[in-house]
Amino acid sequence: MVEAKKKLIDGSGKRLDGRKWDDLRPISLQVGLMKNADGSAYIEWGKNKIMAAVYGPKEVHPKHQVLPDRALLRCRYHMAPFSVDERKNPAPSRREIEISKVIREALEPAVIVEDYPRTAIEVWVEVLQSDGGSRCAGITAASLALADAGINMRDMVVGCSCGIIEDTVVADLDDTEDKEGSGDMPVAIMPNLGQVTLLQVDGIYSREQFQKAFELAIEKGKQIYGMQRDALTMRFFGGEATSTQVEEVAE
Amino acid sequence: MSVKKNYVVETIRRAQLAQLLAEGKRIDERALDQTRPLTIETGLIQKANGSAKVTLGNTQVIAGVKIATGTPFPDTPDKGLLVVNAEILPLSSPYAEPGPPSEDAIELARVVDRGIRESEMVDLTKLCLIPGKNVVTIFVDCNVMNVDGNLFDATSYAVVSALRTSKMKKYVVKDEKVESTEEWVPVPVERTPVSVTLARLGDKMIVDPVTEEEASMDMRITITTDDDGHICASQKGEASTISPAQVLEAADTSIKVGKQIRAKILEATK
Repeated sequence: MVEAKKKLIDGSGKRLDGRKWDDLRPISLQVGLMKNADGSAYIEWGKNKIMAAVYGPKEVHPKHQVLPDRALLRCRYHMAPFSVDERKNPAPSRREIEISKVIREALEPAVIVEDYPRTAIEVWVEVLQSDGGSRCAGITAASLALADAGINMRDMVVGCSCGIIEDTVVADLDDTEDKEGSGDMPVAIMPNLGQVTLLQVDGIYSREQFQKAFELAIEKGKQIYGMQRDALTMRFFGGEATSTQVEEVAE
Repeated sequence: MSVKKNYVVETIRRAQLAQLLAEGKRIDERALDQTRPLTIETGLIQKANGSAKVTLGNTQVIAGVKIATGTPFPDTPDKGLLVVNAEILPLSSPYAEPGPPSEDAIELARVVDRGIRESEMVDLTKLCLIPGKNVVTIFVDCNVMNVDGNLFDATSYAVVSALRTSKMKKYVVKDEKVESTEEWVPVPVERTPVSVTLARLGDKMIVDPVTEEEASMDMRITITTDDDGHICASQKGEASTISPAQVLEAADTSIKVGKQIRAKILEATK
């Protein structure tokens, strides 16, 4: 861990960008922007700018990958070469391959893959600009894109990362906090089913800090879920959306 | 991991395993939180700076350490380099194939690397020779020799054991140049991270799953803890879920089982 040059939290408890320990960065969500995709969603979360698109259910190629009893969920998380400070080689890195795997495993519990045997459902997550927490932002957008594509789902999936900076548990690390802080914990949940679908941890946490960061990530995830519902309402019903309106429509 | 999913057999076996677990039993008669016998042999590769062969039940992994000098990463000019890599060899299982590393192998290497790195096992600041120009580089490569479940933990124990017993040339800086001496010194190891993996099958969590349990499991979680019982890395795997209560339960199990394993690693590498 790099010794922090600047204090990441000042004496009055403010972080570098002025947030309190449990504040999220600004998040905006839009659903259904891509013309060709069956479903799509665009998320801006802090400096993250990520587009997620879903194609499918469609024929599986190559055919030997067909699953007889369910859909094959494919997922690719990819960072554009211009998304980071130093140009990133566009070929998939080991990091991107691992993140693609954990995103797929975070989304699949929510997708009712048994409803689409012998098909493929493809989820493409393209990071146009990256800030901290891009895998969580990607999951949040991908879940909206799946819903937009009309894929049967048990619940939405929403991600949020928490971590430790200056020995304090904080919500939603940005790029600087991720690099100079002492721990990052991305978590994805299915908010209505109360289940965790992604958990990764790095850094050093006492048992108490671990629990606090984990529970904070779940709480913040539920908050972001409200925004997901608003974004879906905007997409399908237009107008000013609030979480309560969605409930009325659902009834 | 590296287990061919055979739908028919898997479904039948899953029901059997679930029934056994409901009675608190496992296929190999272990308790739910009991690991398989662990043996650690070190120093078996003379040409490596350090090596370890870990046998965890029928899972076998060999880790070898190679140490040299090189340029540091631009963002950590004052730290040495430590890179952990892992390969699932084609000789390790009928389902492993040669070729570029699979997604599973990449995840294995990265999760093991994360546990070692995040626990600050090796004090990398002690490996800086000329800041920004020359540092000690440590590569730990792991060969999975036989697959029988829980590659994450076996590989991690092999890396920790190999690093703990590694020797490197003492490097000195003379006139802005790095010279290697004839003196051998140990790698600056400060901590002993221990990875513990649990599988969930239905509502039961089991420690150190074998291949057959992995083929039927719903979810896998690996948690690495350090000497103080702090949690320094974790990874949930497989396309299923875990409840918040089970995450905390897994953390407590990992701390408890980690202590027992750490004692074995320290004993084998002292």
